[in-house]
Amino acid sequence: MTMVDLGKYAVPVIGSYVASLALLAALVGLTVWQGARMVRALRQAEADAEAAAQATETDHAH
Amino acid sequence: MSLWEYANPKKFMETSGRILPWASGLAAVALCVGLVWGFFFTPDDYRQGSTVKIIYIHVPSAMMAINIWVMMLVTSLIWLVRRHHVSALAAKAAAPIGLTMTLIALATGALWGQPMWGTWWAWDPRLTSFLILCLFYLGYMALWQAIDNPDTAADLTAVLCLVGSVFALLSRYAVNFWSQGLHQGASLSLDKKENVSDVFYFPLLVSIAGFVALFVALMLLRTRTEIRGRRLRALMARQRGA
Repeated sequence: MTMVDLGKYAVPVIGSYVASLALLAALVGLTVWQGARMVRALRQAEADAEAAAQATETDHAH
Repeated sequence: MSLWEYANPKKFMETSGRILPWASGLAAVALCVGLVWGFFFTPDDYRQGSTVKIIYIHVPSAMMAINIWVMMLVTSLIWLVRRHHVSALAAKAAAPIGLTMTLIALATGALWGQPMWGTWWAWDPRLTSFLILCLFYLGYMALWQAIDNPDTAADLTAVLCLVGSVFALLSRYAVNFWSQGLHQGASLSLDKKENVSDVFYFPLLVSIAGFVALFVALMLLRTRTEIRGRRLRALMARQRGA
């Protein structure tokens, strides 16, 4: 792959690619991070709910 | 099998979980191929010089900005008519992707316009309708955040989506409605004579495919997060009630 000669328009062309890729990377990063955080929070809440249900069952047994 | 089965969150999670790796892989490959092909292996335009390389980002992002709003319109209508929560959550999930695409289209348009038109911005019909579409995306996302009750938020944002559709369509057809302004007509057309040259056309198609696949992957991932968020809120409400 050779380096492209963009001539006098190098700044707008490279600027467009850099700005767009930065925005897309931020969107992908934020989406993945929010998704992972939600998975953790839901697992925790489900574990808490299960623990609470077992505690209630134990109380009833006693 | 009916299409409405996918409105069941469990079914949606199963199906989207299978599609997600393929859509993500396709997005990565098509974006890399389309952008590298367009940037490194296409010639300069005889009039626009090397700025023509901006087309591989500007056109797909602008197309996606409009089409994502249309997708939100369809899912909002499904919510209003059939009250399927997954469709409302899919519209909510798509909005930040649409906003990002609109920002990319506006930024690359300004960077392209400055050397070609001699100005970063003009109150041209297409540019102005696109700016309004961007504001609608922001308003739509703000409205979801501003209302605590998810069903009320889904109702009101669906109505906002219907109103904003006017500007989504205007963004697409403004050049045809008003034969004035700086922005040229469509770069892609079914009429071969209207189209850009093949040397630009094929890498542009690959780039568009990459943007579509990226949208599908991100939309599925974000909708899955919204569905999990809904389940989390239900669990917490049940615990508070217990």
